[in-house]
Amino acid sequence: MTLPQLEIQLVAVVVAVACALPGVFLILRRMAMMSDAISHAILPGIVVGFFITESLGSPLLIVAAALTGLLTVALVELVERTKLVKEDAAIGIVFPVLFSLGVILIARYAGDVHLDTDVVLLGELAFAPFDRFTAFGLDLGPRALWVMGAALGLNALFLALFYKELKLATFDAGLAATLGFMPGALHYALMSLVSLTAVSAFDAVGSILVVALMVGPPATAYLLTDRLAVMVGLSAGTGALGAIGGYWLAHALDASIAGAMATMTGVLFGAAVLFAPERGVVARWRRRRRQTWRFAEQMLAIHLLQHENTPEAERECRVGHLQEHLGWAASFAERVVHRAARHGTIERQNGRLRLTDPGRTVAEDALERT
Amino acid sequence: MIDLLHELLFNYTLRTVALGAATLGIVGGGLGTYAVLRGQSLLGDAISHAALPGIALAFLLTGSKEPIVLMLGAAGAGVVATLVILGVTEATRVKYDSALALMLAVFFGLGLVLLTYIQRHAGASQAGLDAFLFGQAAALVERDVITMAALGGAALLAMALGWKEFKLLAFDRDFGASLGFPMRSLDVVLTTLLVVAIVIGLQTVGVVLMSAVIIAPAAAARQWTDRLGVMVGLAAAFGAVSGVSGAVASASISNLPTGPTIVLVMGGVVTLSLLGAPNRGLLWQAWRDRRNARRLRRETVLLDLYALAVKHDRLDHAHEESVLDAMNAWTDRTHRALRQLAADGLVAEAADRHWRLTDAGATRAHQLAEERHLVPPPASEAEPPPAD
Repeated sequence: MTLPQLEIQLVAVVVAVACALPGVFLILRRMAMMSDAISHAILPGIVVGFFITESLGSPLLIVAAALTGLLTVALVELVERTKLVKEDAAIGIVFPVLFSLGVILIARYAGDVHLDTDVVLLGELAFAPFDRFTAFGLDLGPRALWVMGAALGLNALFLALFYKELKLATFDAGLAATLGFMPGALHYALMSLVSLTAVSAFDAVGSILVVALMVGPPATAYLLTDRLAVMVGLSAGTGALGAIGGYWLAHALDASIAGAMATMTGVLFGAAVLFAPERGVVARWRRRRRQTWRFAEQMLAIHLLQHENTPEAERECRVGHLQEHLGWAASFAERVVHRAARHGTIERQNGRLRLTDPGRTVAEDALERT
Repeated sequence: MIDLLHELLFNYTLRTVALGAATLGIVGGGLGTYAVLRGQSLLGDAISHAALPGIALAFLLTGSKEPIVLMLGAAGAGVVATLVILGVTEATRVKYDSALALMLAVFFGLGLVLLTYIQRHAGASQAGLDAFLFGQAAALVERDVITMAALGGAALLAMALGWKEFKLLAFDRDFGASLGFPMRSLDVVLTTLLVVAIVIGLQTVGVVLMSAVIIAPAAAARQWTDRLGVMVGLAAAFGAVSGVSGAVASASISNLPTGPTIVLVMGGVVTLSLLGAPNRGLLWQAWRDRRNARRLRRETVLLDLYALAVKHDRLDHAHEESVLDAMNAWTDRTHRALRQLAADGLVAEAADRHWRLTDAGATRAHQLAEERHLVPPPASEAEPPPAD
């Protein structure tokens, strides 16, 4: 691995973690689509900021663009509050209009500035190592690393300082308001962080992929845990994993790194959907199957218990009779009996089924519970 | 103006672009109506972003840049994304908004990987695929427009054929199910039609902005009417007008990209509708509020005057305006209310700044007081208590 490769991966990981932190609260507050709206709508802010500062890395540009993000949030709320348009439609109108404004500004003045819509929308992480941050003649590493490091630090600091407030406002906004925690102010603070992070990240990964990094890892973590603190940690870890995996995927295909990071984020989410320990599709399927068998074994034990030592026992306690009495298919009945015998709850004696002592306990326990 | 018309009719490029923009506006507006009414506005956004890998994959597999091939690829990816979003929402506890945002970005990322892969491996033959990002209306040729019109026309026809069923789906799904309509299949069909509407616009407007073409005309049309049929027609008309004017504007002004211009025009139409639509519009609302406030002020002043008259046992007793001022909060407007009441013949100025009720005013005030249960009906008119 060469130094630029290492640097690219480092930037990718820092971007992913910086995005994952506010993302956790976005998805818990059901505002995931705001990340989409903000990341598109910052374009005119970036363009105007670029006209003024003539540098994509200027802090002034970042602030100007982040303000556009907040403007988007405010505009969506303004339109929504008229009650003439639903929230989703309000989002879906406001951000394309702002984005269009940005594209037109770029197109009109493309001759004068070095700024390309593709760059803003798609980003190019591969160029990150070439743009160095130097101070006092010293090379201090890629500029993107510093910008994103600052965003990550800010997000982490905010999270650490307002963790309790965020948690309360997210899960019980009403109580938070009653206790005087100002959920409204917290909402705007969170939106500011989302804007700031999206602006900082756009020249590395592009504005649309910011959405993948903000929503993907937290959604994955959401499937793995019920604890907020664990979810934050898992999101950061998933984000980092997706970033590194994405880098190598892009390396193998010789394709866009940002696109590959988003794809890997999707792959990790898909893996969580399938294989999450408790909520995964596979885990749920296995649990259901296990329950089917256990229930069938209990039924068998209860059936045998009912007919134990009765005159009909000879007729009732046979595998073939289970089809008639419990409505089981022959093969299923055979398999249940086989499993029950293996677990030692019943015994076979010349075709007759007999409860063992543990089997009797199983049946009695099951009956007692109902 | 004449020049513009001449250009529209006889300039091949402009005519093609304008027709294409009109087509996508009509189809997007018409079918977008259902998306907006059903709360699926952002699904349109997700579908349009998700179309990108479909376009790239279609090109990778066939090597063809035929519009119909790319549109089919885009539609396939759009349908897959929709199904994945619905599947994730149903099978896991991940919420709809997260699923939308995630699939939108992941599919787009995959599309980007495929596009860059094609770029670096297939050389120059990929030229033109980038157009799908932001759209490239100027590159539209007649065959593109014919494909768009054929697909869009088919989608609109399907919408018309299932009109009653789709209406049920949009407004009362459970009722439709209870009548025995296959609501789930209808849902799939209508969403597929939405995918078609999105796909035919991608080449002109691009994946990023296409959602606005679906949402904006419908959201604007909603303000003008409460009837589905009218709303679909209006949305299609708004879409067409925005499409054509955006296309014309971008053709006449240099460096004005078509897609974003169309979206800006649509944003303007939405703003105008939100402000100016009769009944629902904000200006209309403000005017109605003002009118109501004035009427309430007039009635209150009239009632105050009546109350004073009743206290003095003389309905034509004149009272000082300052007294009336003191009786309510909007002191500076009492005079205006009195002048309006005088114009209606309900009060008269007995002396300078002294007002009395006229006969008509007394009758009206009494009526108002009764309506608001401020006075018990006079004993003589009240019905005697029923005898047991």
